[in-house]
Parts: sequence; C-alpha cells; structure tokens
Amino acid sequence: MAGRMLLAGFGGQGILFAGKLFTYAGMLEGKNVTNIPEYGPEMRGGTCNCSVIIDEEPIGSPLVLEPDILIAMNLPSLDRFEKTAAPGAKIFVDSTLIGRKVLRDDVEAFYIPATGLASDAGIPKLANVIIVGKVIRETGICSMEIMDKVLEKVVPPTRAHLIAPNKKALEIGYEFA
Amino acid sequence: MADKVLVKGNEALGEAAIAAGCRFFFGYPITPQTELSEYMAKRMPKIGGTFLQAESEIAAINMVLGAASAGARAMTSSSSPGISLKGEGISYIAGSDLPAVIVNIQRGGPGLGGIQPSQSDYFQATKGGGHGDYHLIVLAPNSVQEIVSLTFDAFDLADLYRMPVMILGDGMLGQMMEPVVFPEHSERVLPEKTWATNTTKGLRKKNIINSLYIKPDVLEKINFERYARYAEVEKKEARFEGYLLEDAELVITAYGATSRISRNAVNALREKGIKAGLLRPITLWPFPKEAYQAAAKTAKAFLTVEMSMGQMIEDVRLAIDCARPVHFCGRTGGMIPTPGEIEAKAEEIARAF
Repeated sequence: MAGRMLLAGFGGQGILFAGKLFTYAGMLEGKNVTNIPEYGPEMRGGTCNCSVIIDEEPIGSPLVLEPDILIAMNLPSLDRFEKTAAPGAKIFVDSTLIGRKVLRDDVEAFYIPATGLASDAGIPKLANVIIVGKVIRETGICSMEIMDKVLEKVVPPTRAHLIAPNKKALEIGYEFA
Repeated sequence: MADKVLVKGNEALGEAAIAAGCRFFFGYPITPQTELSEYMAKRMPKIGGTFLQAESEIAAINMVLGAASAGARAMTSSSSPGISLKGEGISYIAGSDLPAVIVNIQRGGPGLGGIQPSQSDYFQATKGGGHGDYHLIVLAPNSVQEIVSLTFDAFDLADLYRMPVMILGDGMLGQMMEPVVFPEHSERVLPEKTWATNTTKGLRKKNIINSLYIKPDVLEKINFERYARYAEVEKKEARFEGYLLEDAELVITAYGATSRISRNAVNALREKGIKAGLLRPITLWPFPKEAYQAAAKTAKAFLTVEMSMGQMIEDVRLAIDCARPVHFCGRTGGMIPTPGEIEAKAEEIARAF
C-alpha cells in the first residue's frame, strides 16, 4: 500500500530514525519515497517531526499535511497533529507517555505502551522501533522481511551490535496485541 | 549501474560535486545548507581535496576566485544572507571569466529573515546580485536526483562557457531525503583551460586573471565579447520540463520545490475537469522563453507559484510579451504554499474561461 506518514515526538526519541526505517523499506521494495524532517528551532530541542511518503506514483510535494498514518510519541505531538490526520487515518500513540485517548471518531487509534515495553525488555532507547513494528503489523506499509535489509543499510557497520536489539524491538511491536 | 542510496539534498550535492571533480570547497555555515559544508569537511580530506571553513562568506567566495583562477573545480555554498555577502566576489568571478559553482539553499528574507524554505532570491540569482553587466547560469533542481545531475552540469557549463553557475535550491530540497544514483562522470568533452594561472613551466607567456579595465573602450569590448557568449548560452542551454501541457488551458508554472507542490495541484485540477498543465523551468537563466511561447498557444492564462512575493512572474510575462494574463499564487517568509491553495486560485481563474 501507499502511505503518507507523519512521525512526531521529542528530540532524542528517535523520530528521524524511525522515519528513515520506513523510507528505506519503501525504497528497497521498489517504491518512490521522500522523507523530510522539520528543521526549524525544533531540532535544537523540543518537538521533532518528519514527513515520509511511500508511493507507487511519482511524489509531488514531500510534505505530509494530512497523514494517513500518524505516529505520536508525546502529548504535544498528538495535540498538534491529531486534527490534521486524514479521515480514516491510523493513529499510533505511545500510551506510556500520552495519558489521553484520541478524540476523533473518524480515525482508527492504536495504543501501545512503547516506552514501557522498551524499558521492560532492556532496550530503553528503542521505543521508536517498537512502534515501527506495530505500524508494520497494522498498516502493511512494508513487509517485516524487508527490515533485515533496512537495518543493514541504516545501522553503520561500526554499530553492527545494535542490529539484534533493533530486530527484537521490531518483533515486540509486531507481536503486541 | 550503481545502487540507489537514500540521501539528503545537501549531502547529495556535496557528493555529486566531488564526483564531478570538485576538489576545493570553501564554506561558512548557515542554516539550511550547513549539512553540505559538513559533508565536504568529512569527505574532502579523504579524497585528497581541500575543505576550508573560511572566516566569512566574503573570504570563501574570494578563495573560490583564487582556486578557479588556477584552473581547479571550486565551489562555495550558503543560504540567502550569505549569498548577499558573496555578491561582490561573484561579480569579480564573472568579470574575470572564471568557471565556478555557487550554491544557494534559499531561506526567507529580506535581512536575516528566517530559516524556512523560500524562493525570494530569484531576482538576486537571475538579474545580478553583484554589480555590473553579467549573468550567472542558474540551475533549479526539484528533486534530490536532479540536484545530483545538475551539479555535474553546473561544473561542466561553468567550464564550457567560462562563467559562474549558481545552483538555486531551497530549504526543502536541501533537507529532504530521496533515493539517488550517483553517475561516475560526465560525458561532456570540455575545452582545455589554457587561460589558467597554474604554471608556465617556462614554456608560454604568463596568464593573467583580472577584472579591472581602466579604458572604457576596452571594457566595453570585453563586455560585448562576454555577452556574445551569453547569447550562445541562451540559444543552447535553456531547459524546462512540461507536464500535461499539450492541451493545457491553465498553465501553472513553478520551479524547484514549488513545482512539486504544483504538480499535485495539476493532478487534482485535472480530476475536477480543469485542463491544467505544469511548465517547470530547470534553467532560470537562461529562461526557457520558447517553452512559454509554445504553451501560450493553448493557454488561456498562466499561474506562477512561488515562495516569494512574486519574482519569476516578471520573466513569465516578458517571455510571452504579456499575451496572456499571468496570475500569482505564493507564500513568503518561509511559508510553503499547499496544493489546496494553488487549486483554489486555479479554480478561481478557470471560472472566468
């Protein structure tokens, strides 16, 4: 499937890394892809977001103004972007950090305590990748199989020891019901 | 063919410049082009090139003048306020008939402005920026892959016509990631740099690089010669891309990032039964006038879309001698027009057809 995705959270939560995983996955599956971060004062602390588009067709504007898939890893992000989601969008919420529910009734909400799950599994920095696993499960935006290749591309050889924990995080997210 | 890699526009430009044989990069950091400087700092030492962070933009452009004089492929990059500082040096490079590449990843202005994407340096890039009678070739990519191909072209065209070339991007193109393939080398055959001040080896007369001509008749003659070369560039190098232009009644025209947004709008307008098309200039100087004249045959009106208060619109009107109404849709200060805004303006125009 094609998708217009917006990923948002605090700087340091790995929002851009998660965006990169989807972008590489789309590219390796032969689709057209774009990825653009918000590079304003936000990247110097505070909220952080990036737009990812995966499409069979050539991509015009790389900006995602009405996401079909919204990943919110903190409350300010959900507050800011919930109203922008397209009708029928799938919204993924890190429920460890966000106490409230999605208010709209024309979207589908998924709650996953990613930060808590990551901490419990001893991989506290990989809540972002846990959510990626959940998004793959619920949207089919890319296959789980492609993620092996994606991690090889995204994780530099000097940090190859991080591939295994990333795979574990993907699986935790994918299996979470 | 090489593998596709996912790269940011700024970094792709740096890698393409190195692949195109650029061995001297003189930079000074400024958002939103800093990744380019950073990339060059990392890569240049590894391939035997020179990266130098100058003490100012003015120093950097004059280092480019020096390296270019010696026959090297040299580049500098900045964003809007920094390009203003380079203006004097750019004019000297043009006046010395030197090939060089200057990158402007535009941000909102005037003044220090902001750091978000903008296209409000169109006048500066295409009409001057520095003083005197001169032109730059101005290339306006709209994707990361095109940033790569136009960077190769920039160095080649600079050498071919002995003139500075500007790559005019914006914060959106600099920051976005897309898959690209890097070509290994350019196919063009280029003239030998017999004018360079490298070394005479005692075998020839000294070459002199200069832009000072005290006698007006001499300066006029040199300017005439330069403009004869410009005429050749205008004849041979104007480039554009057309999309659904064949039967277009409303021709939307935009370059760089706004051309991508406009393409979305054209698709949406076609679905609503409005015969819209997109004319995207790839070279802003020379401006592809003939493409506009051809489009004017079916067009009832033009709509230029810019991230500025309206600058390219003047060249569109001139290209078609005001034969059709030319409307404007734009945002400024770092705001980015949405496809919806363009559609609304287009529908308003089309209602009058």
